[in-house]
Parts: sequence; structure tokens; C-alpha cells
Amino acid sequence: MPELTYREAVRDALVQAMRSDEDVFIMGEDIAEMGGSMGVTAGMLDEFGPERVRNTPISEMALAGAAIGAAMQGMRPIAEIMYEDFMTLAAEQVVNQAAKHRYMSGGQVTVPVVFRTQGGAGWSPGAQHAQQLEAWFVHIPGLKVVFASTPEDVRGLLWSSIYDDNPVVFFEHRTLYPIKGNVPEEIEPIPLGRARVHREGEDVTVIATGRLVHESLRAAEEAESDGISVEVVDPRTLQPLDEETLVGSVKKTNRAVVAHEAVTRMGFGAEVAALLQYQAFDWLDAPIERVGAKFTPLPFAPVMENFVIPDAADVLAAIKRTVGKG
Amino acid sequence: MARVEARASLAKADLQDVLREMLLIRRFEEKVEERFRAGELPGFLHVAIGQEACAVGVCRALEDGDVIASTHRAHGHTLAKGTHPNELMAELYGKQEGCSHGYGGSMHLYDIERGNLGANAVIGGGLPQITGAALAFQLRGEPRVAVAFFGDGATNIGTFHEALNLAQLWKVPAVFVLEDNKWAESTPESQHSPIRDLSERAKAFGMKTMKADGQDVEAVYKTARKALDHARGGDGPVFVHLDTVRFSGHYIGDPQVYRDKDEARELRETRDPVELLRAKIELSDSDFSELDTEVTEIVEAALEFAKNGTDPAPEDALKNVYA
Repeated sequence: MPELTYREAVRDALVQAMRSDEDVFIMGEDIAEMGGSMGVTAGMLDEFGPERVRNTPISEMALAGAAIGAAMQGMRPIAEIMYEDFMTLAAEQVVNQAAKHRYMSGGQVTVPVVFRTQGGAGWSPGAQHAQQLEAWFVHIPGLKVVFASTPEDVRGLLWSSIYDDNPVVFFEHRTLYPIKGNVPEEIEPIPLGRARVHREGEDVTVIATGRLVHESLRAAEEAESDGISVEVVDPRTLQPLDEETLVGSVKKTNRAVVAHEAVTRMGFGAEVAALLQYQAFDWLDAPIERVGAKFTPLPFAPVMENFVIPDAADVLAAIKRTVGKG
Repeated sequence: MARVEARASLAKADLQDVLREMLLIRRFEEKVEERFRAGELPGFLHVAIGQEACAVGVCRALEDGDVIASTHRAHGHTLAKGTHPNELMAELYGKQEGCSHGYGGSMHLYDIERGNLGANAVIGGGLPQITGAALAFQLRGEPRVAVAFFGDGATNIGTFHEALNLAQLWKVPAVFVLEDNKWAESTPESQHSPIRDLSERAKAFGMKTMKADGQDVEAVYKTARKALDHARGGDGPVFVHLDTVRFSGHYIGDPQVYRDKDEARELRETRDPVELLRAKIELSDSDFSELDTEVTEIVEAALEFAKNGTDPAPEDALKNVYA
């Protein structure tokens, strides 16, 4: 099995889809010669040319909207939105247009577009370049939402997103781009709506997304040395959500922690907690714990940024609280 | 080339059919106003009475395969692009037989098969998608054009500027049709734009612009034809500025407290596109009356069709969220 970084895995899915299908193309800000602000599309211009690797002006509404328009004509465009924060600029087209054309037309049209974006704290970009806004888009019927945390997942899920007939908002986490992992020789599409159990355990289930999957796996290691057996589950797609795997895991362990980097208040974890308390109420032995960022914009100074965002220690503390060792 | 030459203007014989189509739209919208006031129609309704020549003139100039995106004031565009009055009226009544199967309503009229990518209830919302549809045609080498309708109010929103900039930058086969009726809901152009000639905005992007009297359907047709030929020929997008008049209020029931009553009456008397064409082709009263009877019967039949349509089941609301 070859080893790829998360960045290379994203690129591999893009390149292979574009090689096999003329209808797939990508556009975004600085993605051509520069290869994207995160280097994801580096080298793609040379292979595919400026028609299919299209630099756009700094115009998120037009770039998102043009991708939607091309998708409605049967193409499979990928719109790269440079920073997740700028999804707020594209939001009119994503929320009011892409998510609703199929519905408002009574099923006459499909909108097979992917909005790829990335974000996350960790490099002290400050308040406008590091937000985690996945919860905004999970709230919109008509959109699918993906947040992959490993090279294998990001490649297989991006492939499925490109070939899904619905608009997909595809979140990548900036600090994950350099991480390495084994991937199958050939791309294996990962169906949207299927969680991955990263680690099995008996005492507590941690349901985590993005960077927090890795923090949770570290927390699980430490918990084990304390005699606590932790199961770590990554939903991978937030919409559709693999409720069965999440609920099944909690029915087995009887305790749950939900963890993400986005602010805790009204975060994706709130929905997961609501789901678990309703579907697994009689199985729960402790209140569901939530781990997320404190309710502030992201500060610049590294010491403050570290204070605001959650890490393995926060997950571990939550795990311990659920087993009465907090 | 001969075909293009022949179609560069409307033949005399076509003009009576054009009048018929404009009159059908007029009578259709008058019926919609009547049924809304009678309390029969749900939703927000906006009629384009006075602007019929824009819809008919532009849509007549389109080729099969061309696509449009419309606005919240969409009944005329929808009929002119070929949707049957029955399907349109059924949509306004929220019936399954409607052109959006009851999921859209007046502000979200779609007819994908006939190239209508949808009426859009967000001002300027459809423009970037027209740039994108045109991009798809360009990438695939298809001789098709994508056309956006919008009003003067839309020229102030970001999507307008972003979509025109991108379209011109990439020279995609798009035509942007400004139906300049001088009102953004209740706000007159003098209060919403610092310049009087809104085509200056397109010129700022280096885009070719054309102007026509939006009340003169022949002029609209000829101009649209030129614009479409330009775009289809690979010479880039065109901005078509149509000077038009909205006879009615922003929405049905709008008392128009913001508008000078005498001026509105005078515009109606002097710039009615239906009356102007009728005079131009010197149609006799009896011939006009016959035409009127014919279209009125079509509208009445559409109403009957709509009222006898099938209500969706409430739980149909759960369908079509995802493909």
C-alpha cells in the first residue's frame, strides 16, 4: 500500500477524476501556477492546462455560482474556496442556490458540485482565517457535508463527493495536510454516510471530527494507561450521518464524548449529543460530554490560541469525567 | 448565414403571433392578479405587466438549447420560453402538474427541459450560474448561449458585478439582459444608483453593450439577436440594456404610495408594448378582439386546469431534497 500525505491524497483524487472524466474541472483563487494557498493543486496546471485548472478572481460568489451553473449543465466542477472563512462570502450561492435548485424545481435538476475548503487553528492565522464552520452547512437541507481526517479517507471521500449528484461541502483541516498514511493502490470510493471506527473500546465512545480525531486517539492512548478503554469514531460525513454506527457504539460503551475544533456552542457535537440522548437514553451511564473551542473568535497570540482550541488533554479530561475519574 | 440574415428581424407575418404571445402574457397576469385578490393564490406574486416585450422579444431570438435564468418577476419569461400556461398556472396554485410540481411557486418557476434554469427570488442570484452555464457550453464547444434576466435593482448587488467580471474575463457565451424599469421594489433608480446609465457598469468590465426600447418588441428582438450572435460566435458576453416600464406595483396588492399616479397613468397610456405593436401592425379592432378572445380562452382553460390539479401529499415535502 502506498503512503501519501493528506495533501497528496486530495490531489490524487482530483487528478485521477480529471484524467478519467472530461466533465470534471477545478477552479479557485491561486490554484493554477501557485498550486493553491495550501499547495494542494500544485502541478495540476501542467497536466490539465488553464481550461480545467482555472484561476479565478477573488470573487467567491461568482466562483461558487459559476460552478453551480456548470454543474446544472451536467459537468462536475470542484470549486476551491481558499479558506473556510470565505465560505461566508460564497454562502448565498451555496445555501440559497446550490442546496435548493433540485428541491425548488420539483426534482428536475441535479447540482453535482463540490465546494472544497480548508480551515482550522494551529498556525495563529487569527480570527478570519481559521474558523471551523461545518455546523453552518450541516444545517442546510440539500447539502452534503464531509470532513475527512486521514489520507485514505480524504481521497476516497473526495472521489465519492465528485461523483455524488448533490452539492457537497468538503472540509479539509489545514494542520492535517502533512500527515502521512497508507492508502489503497487504487482509489476505493468511500460511500458518504459511513463512519469509521478508528479504535475499538469498552468504556467510553469519543465521536470526533477533523483534527480532533487525532487528538482523541492520543487521549485514548493515555486513558488506556489509566485503565479506561476508549472507542474512537469519526463520522467522516456530517450529512448524511451514520447514526447507526454512532448510536451502536454508545450502546456498547454507555458513555460518550463528542469532540470538534469548532466552538462548542451550537456546534456539530450538540446535534450528536441530542441524537445520542434520544436514541440511547437508557444505555447512558453518564452525561454526554462535549469538547470544542471556547466561545471566542480565534485570537492571534499563540498562547491565547492554544488556550481557546481543544486538544488531547481536553478530550482526556472529558473521558475521565464520564467514568467518574474527573 | 442566410438563416441568420432571415432571422435578424421579425417577418410581418410573425408580428401578429408576437402580439398574440404578449397579449397572452398580459391576460395571464391580469388573471393572476384577479385570483390573488380573490384570496385563491398563496405566496408572493409579482407581475410584469408592461414588460411583456422584453420577455417575448428576447426569448423569440433564442435558439433551441439556449438557457435562461429569470427573476422573481418571472411569469412572462416562463411563458415566452415555452412553458405551457396550464403548467404555469398549476404551479401558482401549488399543484403537482405545475412546472415545479408545487415545490417552487411564482418566484421559483423552472422548466429544465425547455432551458429555463429557474426564476430566482434572490436579486442577482441567477447571474453567476448563467456565467457558469455559459462556461460549460464553452468548455464543451457547444454553440449555445446562456441568458440572464434581471432588473435595475440587481445592478447594485455583488453577484451582478462578480458574474459580469468573470463572464467577460473568460469570454463565455452569455447575454445579460437588464430590464430597466427604474424601480427596485419601491425605491426609484435615483435613490439606488449614483449613475443614470446603468450600462456604464458593464462597460467598466470591458463588456460589449447594446440598448433598445424595451417597449418595442421588434427592437428588443433585433437587439437580442445581435447580442446572441455575438456571444454564440465566441466574441464574449453582451450586456443588453432594455428601457422598460413596470405598470403594476412591486407585488400584487402594492398600493404604490411611493409613485406619482399621473406619471404612472401617462406611461401606461403612451408606452404599452401591446398597444404599440397593435398600432404598428394596424390590426383592426375586430381582429384584435378575436385575438383577445383566443388568448383569454387559453387563460381560462389554464385556470380550470390549475384548479382541477392534484394537490401534493403533505409528505411529498420530504422528496427531492437530495438526488
